[in-house]
Amino acid sequence: MAWTRWNEERVDQAIGNTLRAGVLLAVAIVAVGAAVFLARHGAERPPDYHVFRGEPGEMRTVSGILEAALRGSGRGIIQLGLLFLIATPVARVILSVAAFAAQGDRKFVVVTLMVLGALLYSLLGALA
Amino acid sequence: MTLLSMTALLWSGALTAGLVGALTGLGGGVVIVPMLALGFGVDVRYAIGASLLSVIATSSGAAAAYVKEGITNIRVGMFLEVATTMGAIAGALVATHVSTSAVAILFGAVLLGSVATSFREPPGKSGDGGEDRLAGWLGLEGSYRTALEEVHYRARRVPLGFGVMVLAGALSGLLGIGSGALKVIAMDNVMRLPFKVSTATSNFMIGVTAAASAGIYVTRGYIDPALAFPVVLGALPGALVGSRLLPRIHSNVLRLLFAGVIGILAVEMLYKGITGRL
Repeated sequence: MAWTRWNEERVDQAIGNTLRAGVLLAVAIVAVGAAVFLARHGAERPPDYHVFRGEPGEMRTVSGILEAALRGSGRGIIQLGLLFLIATPVARVILSVAAFAAQGDRKFVVVTLMVLGALLYSLLGALA
Repeated sequence: MTLLSMTALLWSGALTAGLVGALTGLGGGVVIVPMLALGFGVDVRYAIGASLLSVIATSSGAAAAYVKEGITNIRVGMFLEVATTMGAIAGALVATHVSTSAVAILFGAVLLGSVATSFREPPGKSGDGGEDRLAGWLGLEGSYRTALEEVHYRARRVPLGFGVMVLAGALSGLLGIGSGALKVIAMDNVMRLPFKVSTATSNFMIGVTAAASAGIYVTRGYIDPALAFPVVLGALPGALVGSRLLPRIHSNVLRLLFAGVIGILAVEMLYKGITGRL
């Protein structure tokens, strides 16, 4: 039966694995981007972070970041890795929705969907 | 100075911050934001963005281990994440409208409060706060095994705990920190969950809470990749080493020293915020 395959220990293991894999993947992408970025710009003068200018529009949306990363831009690849980092807890919540649904726990499907809704609301601007 | 040497400095600073954050139990964020703002002269908004991402990395890494051990109460965590994510979104939206001085002053105050609470005596759990119908309805209970016995517990005073979690989420979104200390207070002191369960579940919740405001920070242009990468790549190993060392450090002298450092950072954030020199 479905619920025996989704017993609590299994869910714990799956959630733990998702978190670990997500962080590792994100860190690996960030490291690649960092290497590209430093190889190209390492000898330049560092930017002045004392004055807040805000990132260019390209670095604020998923489509812009993806485009920059595919172009081979170091900053783009780093930002893509950072998106994977933000997506890691989101993936964990999606997994929880599935687990509670498989266990037939309707109350917690609703609870988990509320959390997912809040996360998607936050990312909405970046997805547009 | 070249970009490469500045990156190396940022990385080692974040490594130290992650280490100190784990050893004091306050988390990396509360050390990283003052380090960037006071030490490197980074605008508070960039500092908050970079810190928030390092918070997601360190808490998710630690949570993976706790969840597998079965100490984390996922039901309690998921339910309270409704509160923290709502708070985090509100905090991030407010952050884009208030001055950096106001953020610095609030940061200093929260920092002082965290240092103070880290030295409080473990509260005597006098009385159980009575039965909570919401806890029964949602099944906010669990058990974990120690070497000696199996410990059963059930959450109390759920609405009050939920309220404190909204505040914890708001501070996380506003200041770019994990708010781990406040989350533990909500579960341990308010909801009367076992301390071990509270700390593990707090860690589990921090990543989701931070992700809820990180999305908003990306779209507002607060996340600078060149600044964020040395911070994330430094804080993560720093926190991992710190959490390994923690059980072996019995000396309160070291903890006192670190708390003193954080206290000084708090006063400096307050001073710079009030005089508007950030």
